[in-house]
Amino acid sequence: MNKVFSNPWVIPLYISPALVLVLGLIYIPIAFTGYYGLMEWDGIGQMRFVGLENYRNLLGDSIFWRAAKNSVLLAVFSTLALGGYLATALVLTERIKGADFFRKVYVLPLLLSTVAIAQLWSRVYHPRLGILNTFLLATGIVDRPPLWLADPNLVVYSIFVPILWQYAGFYILIYFAALKGVPNELMEAARIDGASPWQIALFVKVPLIMNVIKATVVLAVVGSLKYFDLIYVMTGGGPNQASEVLASYMYRKAFREFNFGYGSAIGFALLLMALAATFVIRRLTRAGADAET
Amino acid sequence: MSTTKAALSSPIKGTGATATGVGRMRPAAAGTLKRVVRGLMYAFLSVVAVFQLYPLVWLFLFSLKDNTEIFGKSPFALPAPPKWENYVAAWTTGKVSQYFWNSVLVTGAAVVLTVIIGSMATFALTRMRWRMSNWVLGLIMLGLMIPVHSTLIPLFRMYMALGLIDHPLSLIITYTAFNLPVTVMICLGFYQSLPRELEEAAVMDGASIHQIYLRVTLPTTTPVLATTAIINAIYNWNEFVFVNTFISSDKYKTLTVGIQNFVGQYTTNWGAIGATLMLSFLPLFVAYLLLSDRIIEGMTAGAIKG
Repeated sequence: MNKVFSNPWVIPLYISPALVLVLGLIYIPIAFTGYYGLMEWDGIGQMRFVGLENYRNLLGDSIFWRAAKNSVLLAVFSTLALGGYLATALVLTERIKGADFFRKVYVLPLLLSTVAIAQLWSRVYHPRLGILNTFLLATGIVDRPPLWLADPNLVVYSIFVPILWQYAGFYILIYFAALKGVPNELMEAARIDGASPWQIALFVKVPLIMNVIKATVVLAVVGSLKYFDLIYVMTGGGPNQASEVLASYMYRKAFREFNFGYGSAIGFALLLMALAATFVIRRLTRAGADAET
Repeated sequence: MSTTKAALSSPIKGTGATATGVGRMRPAAAGTLKRVVRGLMYAFLSVVAVFQLYPLVWLFLFSLKDNTEIFGKSPFALPAPPKWENYVAAWTTGKVSQYFWNSVLVTGAAVVLTVIIGSMATFALTRMRWRMSNWVLGLIMLGLMIPVHSTLIPLFRMYMALGLIDHPLSLIITYTAFNLPVTVMICLGFYQSLPRELEEAAVMDGASIHQIYLRVTLPTTTPVLATTAIINAIYNWNEFVFVNTFISSDKYKTLTVGIQNFVGQYTTNWGAIGATLMLSFLPLFVAYLLLSDRIIEGMTAGAIKG
């Protein structure tokens, strides 16, 4: 038995296709991104080593900081939205008739491609023909139609809404499944002790799915930091780069302005932020888990 | 079963709440409160449902309108009559049908590759015994956290050197690699819980490791492989960045980037754009109607284990 399952000739046969792909297309490119970040390079001609110049320029680049701020802002909003998704899942698990139907409806936006979502929401936000302004004008909430995607002060928040819309179902599903796994006896016991449904939700159910909540926080934060598609399609980072995020700024620098060295430096900074966020959240939550035991 | 639960599940019987935690209230008042709370819960869930669903319904409605309706009438108005010809026009003019079949090809090829390679890797990681296995697993899992944009320029350069820029193979290889982490993550729990006895029996019968993989493991793990296949299909079908970066000619573009071009050309024809968006959504929507439980299982599988 052991001989069959630890045969040193067979193991590489099964693991190496995956390992080669993951190393070759994810990890080695990362290293190259770090390396190109030290170069001046237009993508076609010779590379010229410039040391840390790209990174120095990055620190003084106000658009980079704005993009980083927008990415972090999206991470904050996505994390706060998790509270709303958790609340929805808590309500859904309260023996709701049609819970299955609600759950399935919530997931639908996730099936739409981000390009389609961007096209759809550009029309929702259309100043004159969109449903949002038509509704706001008809109900008298505003008298002048807001320019959701053209106003530099509004645009960031306008693009956050469809992103939260897109992923709401995903997180509600995860919380719902986790809450379904909470053993009934614990809730029974709390109820016998006279706990109200609110108390049971807050002090029994939520602490019991804490690990899942932590995992979703990592997903939401890292997912936000690397978010790209919808912003690129909907605003291209505009107007006047007001809605630029790290990934869209990297894309513009590399594939629009052919400044591949600088683009690589942004890509590498993005990687460091994603890994740092993962590490910090894991670290903070591990400390929490240790304290519990 | 406590009376609270009974009262919650039958809000009509208000008096059912006598012995609940809300002891200080008169029974009838407590029953009314329960009913109000219950009503608020349904109202809340319905508001969320409308918010999630209405934009999609609106997309469907404007995909059936012509420009006089779009520009002349309220956006909330129903199409009268529905212009199904928008769909015919979207499919036949422009290159939408071409993009559609390109998406089918690229999605399908990458799904098959990912599921085969992913299941082999999971087999090696969970059923075989070797020293580096935990380390390799960690490496594959960390792949989930890597931003695509941190790999994009070197990948572009590599495919350029290999002559694969503007070739569907670049997409198929990239999708396979980037979907392996999530595929292994979904498969992992299922593979770990397979009973050893099946394999032991097969070894007793003189089966080789390949025979065990092909005749024991693969057949018993078909359900989870189907789940990973559908989740992979959703990701690939909707992928945008790689197509936008690696593919430049129309004959290889997939739907996501194709739609983007189509919209650029027909900016003011909302009906045709809506129809195109609906056409890109329909295959996944039909799959969801048929396989929603499997899709939901796949989406939650990884995160639940934390």
